[in-house]
Amino acid sequence: MVRHEFVTVDPDKCVGCRICEYTCSLEKEKTFNPTKSRIRVVRIYPTINASMTCRLCEDAPCVVACPRKALEQSKENGVILVNADKCNGCGWCIEACDFGAITLDPAKKVVAMCDLCNGEPKCVEWCPEEALELTTKDILSQKARFEAVKKLMEATQGQPKAEAKS
Amino acid sequence: MLHIDVGTGKTKIQTFDEAFAKAYIGGTGFGIKTLLDNQPAGVDPFDPQNPLIYALGAVNGTMVPCAASKFGVFAKSPASRLLGEAYSTGQWGAELRQAGYDIVIIKGKAEKPKYLWIDDESVQLMDASHLWGKSTWDTEEIIRKDLGDQYIRVSTIGQGGENLSALACLINDHFRAAGRTGLGAVMGSKNMKAVAVRGTHDVSVAEHEKLREFCRDLYERCKGPATSKYRTLGTPANVLSLNKQGALPTRNFREAMFEGADKISGEYLNEHYVVKIEACSACPMRCEHIASVPEGPFKGATARIEYEPTMAFGSSCGVDRLDAIIKAVELCNVYGVDAISTGMVVAFAMDCYESGLINAEDTGGLDLRFGNAEAMVEMVPKIALRKDIGAVLADGVKLASEKIGKGSEALACHIKGVELTGYDIRGLKTAALGYAVSRRGADHQRHGSYGPDLGGQVDRFKADKSRGRLVADAEDIYAIFDSMILCKFSRGIWKGYDDIANLYALVTGIPCTGAEMQLAGERINQLGRIYNIREGLTRADDTVPPRIMNDPIPRGVSKGARVTKEDMDILLDGYYEARGWTQQGVPKAEKLKDLGLSEYGAVVASKRA
Repeated sequence: MVRHEFVTVDPDKCVGCRICEYTCSLEKEKTFNPTKSRIRVVRIYPTINASMTCRLCEDAPCVVACPRKALEQSKENGVILVNADKCNGCGWCIEACDFGAITLDPAKKVVAMCDLCNGEPKCVEWCPEEALELTTKDILSQKARFEAVKKLMEATQGQPKAEAKS
Repeated sequence: MLHIDVGTGKTKIQTFDEAFAKAYIGGTGFGIKTLLDNQPAGVDPFDPQNPLIYALGAVNGTMVPCAASKFGVFAKSPASRLLGEAYSTGQWGAELRQAGYDIVIIKGKAEKPKYLWIDDESVQLMDASHLWGKSTWDTEEIIRKDLGDQYIRVSTIGQGGENLSALACLINDHFRAAGRTGLGAVMGSKNMKAVAVRGTHDVSVAEHEKLREFCRDLYERCKGPATSKYRTLGTPANVLSLNKQGALPTRNFREAMFEGADKISGEYLNEHYVVKIEACSACPMRCEHIASVPEGPFKGATARIEYEPTMAFGSSCGVDRLDAIIKAVELCNVYGVDAISTGMVVAFAMDCYESGLINAEDTGGLDLRFGNAEAMVEMVPKIALRKDIGAVLADGVKLASEKIGKGSEALACHIKGVELTGYDIRGLKTAALGYAVSRRGADHQRHGSYGPDLGGQVDRFKADKSRGRLVADAEDIYAIFDSMILCKFSRGIWKGYDDIANLYALVTGIPCTGAEMQLAGERINQLGRIYNIREGLTRADDTVPPRIMNDPIPRGVSKGARVTKEDMDILLDGYYEARGWTQQGVPKAEKLKDLGLSEYGAVVASKRA
């Protein structure tokens, strides 16, 4: 079975430092330019911070939306591959994406999205807060399940004796 | 380098060469140099010819830790009528670098309220009549909405700057301020409300792979012991440590220990009020402690809390309530006034009130005694809007005491017109010298020379000539921090000038040694002195306020400490000698020659004797 891994953020840990943006643009473009980063930080005053990037949706709406068939979802790992020759920067994919995870190169007018850096995303490696994680939906639901049970048990039985391992 | 005359709307792009870059590095080096060269000598701070200058450092817009977004603002200061300089960070500085500029020089005066909109190569003056009278937070929000982009960064004044308060600052990214020396008023005097920036260009460096590996090391250092204070309790950790040392300014320097210190401590703040830690651009240290008041009369007040404002609105005003301190700092951010100076001005007003020099009629009915937290909070808008006694206090303690008279000058704690900051320098003799000679007036940030005093390297209660060299050396490395521009909270991670020179070379491609970097630090300090001398500074201005000189600390470990006139002379003589200055504090011709500053010899020649 194909495991669609993607980079996700824990907003409680994210401090909005944008190191993910710097390291992404350095890796992909050999320069520093957050507007070319495949991951972007959202800060909403006063205290909300979160990095947003491609979630590798099943039957990705961006691929469906592209009128020039410039986008293709990899059968191997689910990343969205961009054919730069076909893409003309029309922005239909950007509108179709619910997460604002598609970047339009301001100079080349071609879109780009997270390709997971061959399975070892630089943003995850460099995040100083360990707020970013390469994960799958299954692992996320597993975590949520354990957290929910832990909270429920704490509420009904007081503090658990040992921390539940998730 | 972008020049804009906001009166005519004319812009000009000027480039600079490698020699200029290497001689002055960036930040404060660029700021002082361009101010000296672009401002006619002796003009009034509110004269359209006084330029407001934004200057970036060498490493802005890169992943170098704690440095991506630092920027400096420079102009002739309405507070000191000497060098005005203030620093901020957040996101704005990184954006300006991405837009393609190192320096922005704003001259002239707009006919109607305007703001500057820098969108990469496009530079426009936009109508700001709908923004005049608005708070800093509203202004940022409205500009982003008007221009339709949430990632636009805005450096703006509030009502404080519009009303030409000498305490007025520039706020960017909601919680960050270029706070000191009243530069918000210089922007206001130009009928300018803000500078909004969007940049989409690449910021490329000479050696990106090597820089990345160097940054890997630097990020590790940022997570080490050198920065742990900033990552845990933050600067408010100083409250208890300075209180213990008898160096916590209390009730306008009547005392140096505060009985309510526990309740305004970093420990108390973090336990009861800090709701989130945030970071500036590319900072793995992330020091911003965002505090919010959960209940009570100031419920909902939210501010980034540091030691200095906690001291100014806390112990200095005799207030032991953090909810009121957070509210006061929030109001300072919103109205665009410096939270340090504003707190110290309120403390001064409380001292005047208790001494019977002003009364309830002056304060608009407020019972402005030390410790009255509600009255303190109400004073912030009064000052920013120039209401009641606020009309006088908005000019800072120096001018306010001259207007109030009746001996209130003895209570006015300032150096060169800039209010004292959070170290009681009576028992810190090295710091006292650093404060006395700082080029922007009372200031701990140009030298950090409380370090040797509090660290026990010297006898902090005794003045001797050797402190001159200590302060001069500290100023030189600090000038490099302020030029690169590196956050001073990261100062402990840097292994001297060689380390910083290596970074400079990796980013710019300009070869640089530690020795050259050190020389640049000295050059920049001498240039600051030349500017100040040109604008009228003399030896008499290098001093400490009457309270520091005449009133000994009344109790505690620092009991009896003060800085006498004799102390001051010993300290100044040692410092002037170390700097290569005459007895009058003027750089000698050979010193200027050694530093490549001979072109400025004529500016100061007549002041040497």
